[in-house]
Amino acid sequence: MSANLVPLVVGLPLLGAALTLVLGRNTRLQVLVSTVVLTAVAVIAAILLARVGEEGTAVVRVGGWESPIGIVLVADRLSALMVLVSAVVLLGVLVFAVGQGLADEHRDTPVSIFHPTYMILATGLFNAFVAGDLFNMFVGFEVLLAASYVLLTLGGTGARIRAGVTYIIVSLISSVFFLSAIALVYGATGTVTIANVAQRVAELPDDVQLLLHLMLLIAFGIKAAVFPVSFWLPDSYPTAPAPVTAVFAGLLTKVGVYAIIRTETVMFPGDVLEDFLMVLATLTLLIGIAGAIAQADIKRLLSFTLVSHIGYMIFGIAIGTEQAMTATIYYVVHHITVQTTLFLVVGLIERMGGATSITRLAGLLKAFPVLAVLFFIPALNLGGIPPFSGFLGKVGLFQAGVELGTPLSYIAIAAGAATSLLTLYALVRVWNLAFWRSREEMESGHQSRLVSSLQEDPDYSGGTSTRTTPRIMIATTAAMVVLSVALTVVAGPLLEISAEAARNVIDPSAYIEAVMGGAR
Amino acid sequence: MNASLVLVLLMAVMYAAGVYVMLERSITRIVIGFVLVGNATNILLLLMTGRPGAPAFWDDGATAASEMTDPLPQALILTAIVINMGITAFLLALIYRAWWLARTEAKDAQPDEGDVVDDGDDLPEQVEDADRVFEETGADADAIKEEQDEGERDDTDAEPGARADGPADIDQRGVQR
Repeated sequence: MSANLVPLVVGLPLLGAALTLVLGRNTRLQVLVSTVVLTAVAVIAAILLARVGEEGTAVVRVGGWESPIGIVLVADRLSALMVLVSAVVLLGVLVFAVGQGLADEHRDTPVSIFHPTYMILATGLFNAFVAGDLFNMFVGFEVLLAASYVLLTLGGTGARIRAGVTYIIVSLISSVFFLSAIALVYGATGTVTIANVAQRVAELPDDVQLLLHLMLLIAFGIKAAVFPVSFWLPDSYPTAPAPVTAVFAGLLTKVGVYAIIRTETVMFPGDVLEDFLMVLATLTLLIGIAGAIAQADIKRLLSFTLVSHIGYMIFGIAIGTEQAMTATIYYVVHHITVQTTLFLVVGLIERMGGATSITRLAGLLKAFPVLAVLFFIPALNLGGIPPFSGFLGKVGLFQAGVELGTPLSYIAIAAGAATSLLTLYALVRVWNLAFWRSREEMESGHQSRLVSSLQEDPDYSGGTSTRTTPRIMIATTAAMVVLSVALTVVAGPLLEISAEAARNVIDPSAYIEAVMGGAR
Repeated sequence: MNASLVLVLLMAVMYAAGVYVMLERSITRIVIGFVLVGNATNILLLLMTGRPGAPAFWDDGATAASEMTDPLPQALILTAIVINMGITAFLLALIYRAWWLARTEAKDAQPDEGDVVDDGDDLPEQVEDADRVFEETGADADAIKEEQDEGERDDTDAEPGARADGPADIDQRGVQR
């Protein structure tokens, strides 16, 4: 029964994209359609999450072909949870974008294009989460990437085109890796259905396994912005309109993390690359946060913390125990929410304060106390201050790391703790300079060494004047902040769901059984 | 599994040429490189078909499955080709836009072309100007006029010093809309 709901997760946004495109001239109807679609997907995902818990993994054989021949859509707890969180976050950002669009008319976001593209992005995202075979996952990736290219270059200003070109080329290279990997997987195993690959891959020689494994990891690693291939992210995300950056930051990298989780647990279980991933996680953590500290522009700073915190999730995946995977899944949920919220807040700072560089901002606490609160809570959350969800996720990861007890895991824990503190340092510095410092202090030209050594945004093009900020933008951001705090309040049930999802992925036999039904 | 040597060589040459061209700085060359690499990958998929045989599904099952060519890689290639085509079209549009911006920028940099007199080094401003010119020549002239009117109103309202007036001011104006 619940299986019938799975295709809706992909179909509804696709239908929404078509409708919003037809309704191009009527913004109100577009908004209505997008909102209804995303709400519906969120509700369906919630039902799926509850049902999958009772009935086991939901599998849909598209077109009635038996797997491994046909395409399968699979929703287990992890997929349903990811779809639920993404839908909620997409909805929040949509409302924020609508608020901004109403205030700006045609300035930054040509609204008639925004809604269809946004719906396509959602389609690709949800499709990647419920895809039961590698090629369908590839199609989901491509759909969401194509939409992201359009969203990133919205309006086509010079800065966005420059940033867009970097992003698109890097994404294309990752796609070529992914497609080549799919071709090789098909050549080696004769199937692209993930569950069937999992059954057959163990029979391959070790070196062939390693090659396939690495090809997939490179493809997903670029998407997830894991260290050696994370250079593109801080250069491309910050130039996009605020809501677009928020969605990208929250969700696009997490699709890569999700794919890595599936690769490491279902297709290539065991600890062949455990040490390798552990080293990558450590480097991602440290190098990402080192970049963040040097930035004056808040958007760039947050982009670097985004890269850095991907390291936590890779660390959890590298440990690979049930406890670690529980913490990883919880951390993914936390990070999607908090990172999106922070980027929305920066969107507000940009409108209200007229700049995003902490060397040009001051006195925001006095001028906009509400904004200050909205920034402060998610900032502490990201930095990992108890009792927020960032703390809970990190503690879970560190505990799992200690239980593993290898020297590398201790190094990674140390790097994780340092990253947590440095994140806090970077964000508190934003707080001190942009919110706490008085305007007089900034204008008097007092320069501390902290400020003068900062790296400004190379694309900075003069401050925009203060524009009106509709209540709806503030209200949406506030709702997202409440949601991120709620992750602490519901931490018990959420961790339980994460634990069950983790059990599903750690022992993929139920997943394989549900998809293949005994066939090989 | 057996594969055609010619196809393997073709794939290798296309990969090599594509990667080589992609290493250039120019976007146009990168697009050419992408097309080459993308098609090399399609050939890789084709190579995974294995032994050639009869077409699948054409005579109501009279052909035994073992005699057929594997149809799946062809389906995958078809999808990949469509995706590649779409992305290539988008990239070409992007190149055109970048070229357009660069051209307008060069035009605006000359002092006798209108009122934009700059020191010529301030690139971002010129890019914005190019963008403004593009929008003015673009379709939605009414909306842009409205926007400009509003922009003027906002400019008079919001002096840098007036920012500290606080949220009350902003809320009022937010509600007006």
